[in-house]
Amino acid sequence: MGLESSKWIIMFLVCWLYKNVNSSSVAQKIYVEVNDTVPCVRLLNATHQIGCQSSISGDTGVIHVLESEDDLEWPLSKGPNPPYVVLLELSLFTRSIMMKMKESSSRVAGVTVVVPNANPAEFSPHTTCPNDNTGVYSDTYGPDYAHCNQTVWNPLGNGLSYEDFDFPVFSLKEDNGTEVIKQCYFDHNRVVNGSAPQYPLCAMQLFSHMHAVTDTATCMRRNEVGTFSLNPEMVCDALGDFNVWASIRPYNSSDLGHKDNESVVIAAARLDSRAFFWDVSTGAEGSISGFVTLLAAAQALRQVTEEAPPTHNILFAFFQGEAFDYIGSSRMVYDMENGKFVINLDNVHSILEVGQVALRNGTDLYLHSDPVSRMNNSINDKVKRLVINLQSSTKGVNFSLVEPRFSQPLPPSSLQRFLRAQRIPGIVLADHETSFNNKRYESYYDNANNLNLTYPSNLTTEEQLVFVTDTAKALAEVATVVARALYKQAGGNESQVDNITADPKTVTQMLYGFLVQTNNSWFQARVSPELKNQLKSSPPEFYVGVASSSKPKTLTHLVQYLLANLTGAATNLSQSQCQKPDELPGESKQMYSYLWVQGMIPPNSTEAESFCVRASVQLSPAMSPAFDLGEYNSKIYSTWTESRWKFIKARIFLVASRDLEMLTLGVGVAVLFTSLLMTYFISTKADVLFSSAREPASAAY
Amino acid sequence: MTAAVFFGCAFIAFGPAFSLFIFTIAKDPLRVIILIAGAFFWLVSLLLSSLVWFIAMKATNTQDLSLQKGLLIFGCMFSVILQEVFRFGYYRLLRKANEGLAAISDEDSAPISVREMAYVAGLGFGIMSGAFSMINTLSDSIGPGTVGMFGDSQYYFITSALMTLAITLLHTFWGVVFFEGCERKRWWVIAVVICLHLVVSSLSLLNPFYVGSIPPVYVIMVLMAGWAFLSSGGSLHNITLLWTCRKSNAEASS
Repeated sequence: MGLESSKWIIMFLVCWLYKNVNSSSVAQKIYVEVNDTVPCVRLLNATHQIGCQSSISGDTGVIHVLESEDDLEWPLSKGPNPPYVVLLELSLFTRSIMMKMKESSSRVAGVTVVVPNANPAEFSPHTTCPNDNTGVYSDTYGPDYAHCNQTVWNPLGNGLSYEDFDFPVFSLKEDNGTEVIKQCYFDHNRVVNGSAPQYPLCAMQLFSHMHAVTDTATCMRRNEVGTFSLNPEMVCDALGDFNVWASIRPYNSSDLGHKDNESVVIAAARLDSRAFFWDVSTGAEGSISGFVTLLAAAQALRQVTEEAPPTHNILFAFFQGEAFDYIGSSRMVYDMENGKFVINLDNVHSILEVGQVALRNGTDLYLHSDPVSRMNNSINDKVKRLVINLQSSTKGVNFSLVEPRFSQPLPPSSLQRFLRAQRIPGIVLADHETSFNNKRYESYYDNANNLNLTYPSNLTTEEQLVFVTDTAKALAEVATVVARALYKQAGGNESQVDNITADPKTVTQMLYGFLVQTNNSWFQARVSPELKNQLKSSPPEFYVGVASSSKPKTLTHLVQYLLANLTGAATNLSQSQCQKPDELPGESKQMYSYLWVQGMIPPNSTEAESFCVRASVQLSPAMSPAFDLGEYNSKIYSTWTESRWKFIKARIFLVASRDLEMLTLGVGVAVLFTSLLMTYFISTKADVLFSSAREPASAAY
Repeated sequence: MTAAVFFGCAFIAFGPAFSLFIFTIAKDPLRVIILIAGAFFWLVSLLLSSLVWFIAMKATNTQDLSLQKGLLIFGCMFSVILQEVFRFGYYRLLRKANEGLAAISDEDSAPISVREMAYVAGLGFGIMSGAFSMINTLSDSIGPGTVGMFGDSQYYFITSALMTLAITLLHTFWGVVFFEGCERKRWWVIAVVICLHLVVSSLSLLNPFYVGSIPPVYVIMVLMAGWAFLSSGGSLHNITLLWTCRKSNAEASS
């Protein structure tokens, strides 16, 4: 043990102590981390980048709380301490304010939006004409209808979700965190009578640096370059997930392509939605109203299709990624065209899509159809047949189904992707005749409140779960009509139709699960033990997110399990048999999927009675064909990718004035040079200075 | 932008130590060795005292804030005593080493005087304690924020740097005076050094009232500078000598 090794030991000990005893470091005196922020992130398609980003070391600006649009003058021109981070209420998060800040982005370092808990009257950051370029209408197909010429579907849309901001934009929940920021602002930055506030000023730093730039082709090329290095660094990932589908009569999943003498009625709905900020959308009206209705219809059809199977098959399809240029439906159509799906487009008899159906205005629901394909007589006849089947199913419900009074194109819907490939008769069921009734389309506020989903205040969670809301009753009626119409459309026995009724209690439980909290006893009983851990006390994420080849999103998983429970049959297989059912007679993994679910907890027990559900539910990829084909500048398919980032962080602190900083530097330089001069002088004169009479020889410094 | 603060503070805190090192230490390898060893002795003393404080902190109730504050004061005082004990230990070691050096030296006398050793050892102590008190702060001074969110003074960084400067120089002066006291067996000198060290350390406990602790520390520093000057063989006579010598040089050159 020499001096060297003991030095090392001490160094280690010092480091260890330093790590563990760092009780209140200087950084804690400077910075206050802002929690619960959601950033706006960068997405890219074939031609554009949208979203927001900060510089790699974060963007810092003096906080300015915006009180009105006129107040924008301070950060944009008058304020003497640019750049500014503008903190604004949601009511000021408008296109005109955001675009003004975008234009003078050298003076705006970032924007923080305080998100109130109450819903605004109307707010849609989406475009006025959603999925305009990848729908069916174009210069070659119904040019009169293209680009929302006839009907602007989302007139409230301000298009902010599709703008590219070169500063970060964060959202903040209105709570204690925002109070701290506002307090800091009022203490330090308050502008009094137009005079500039005194330093130190309160500033905010936002980190959301995005790795990808320009467009999907660029970032995919950079991804490929990255794979040659030792630790490959990806810059962006394609959006995508899985579609969920099930059919009344199961298909052998290894037998793909065209089937002779097979005719299938497709019932479709979309799963996803989006919002301006990364993953906070709920899509209550935008997607939940549709797919919950379809799930309830699927359940209503279970018994009757077992007893009196219709002549045609019925296929329930739930599409993911529809908000981003129809990822899910375009992929299913592509697979059908290329013999990679259990049926092909020639097997499709007709399509009934359930759109936004929960916000009825009056007593009518509308049956939208495509005027271009209806110019063909045979298609027109089939569409009429479908309309009649739907309209004749409204017995006992308090609404009626009507066609829009004038010729207009289809609203944004998955059906458009099928029509792009082939002229298939189809109807989109929706609550709006022209523009959406949904005033908060593709926004954070398309939530439970948007559907007026309220529970009496004195209910426990379990009581809320089974409380049948008016919304649930209304959607159950729609589901009943959809189920009956599907049965008729599939050639079912007319005498059985009146027995088909959707269960409002199932609907209300699904609405509770998807809009209030997924962690409830009804969902727990219907999912696998692994999925149970993903249930939480909030709605699931409805943003499609980046594609993973093996793991579906929680939302997709939930819909898969619910659909299996609602359409499949409970078996008495054990857990190990459920995993390998092929070894048993009469079971086939090709025909069915076998899902082990937790089951209900019996009244006087703590252990859930798990069982194996056999259903024809399958997942199919919802990944845009553009990525399989390598056509990253495709105009036909979705090319949306999400940029990667290292971390997302926001913090507030004070910044010192430039004068103080320069003073510090000046004093430092002065001290350095003075001490250099003095030491030099003293050391040269040391023999004179330190020569005392008592000790003449030894004091030579 | 706040790189200005970083460099300003670094220059203030380490400028004098740097220039002393350049002009008086760097040329002589023996002085460099004594300086590094001095710094090492200070480190060991800090390690031991922080171990004691850490064990005491963990052994007691960490929620009791007044107790923790008391422990911190105790740890600070204990550390000062331990530093002075190590200074004495280092003095004994250097004494021994000096005899050995004298024995192997070609000349009759030792290659380095006790006064020189005292100064170099003191500077070693000072540089290390300065580095330890400042580097953490310095790394946060680079920005973008400054202290003050919780009502602290905005002059935090510059006062920290000035304090470090004072501590570095004080350690040097204390080293000179302390060794002189040991050499002449004047134990009251050592007692005074320890007391002043305790006083200066307790002044830092006045934080977050940073600005208040600076003037008394600088007064002590100036007094110590004078004392160290006198005890290392300086006198008013020498200063006047320097002055006249300079004058005569000037007259001669003109």
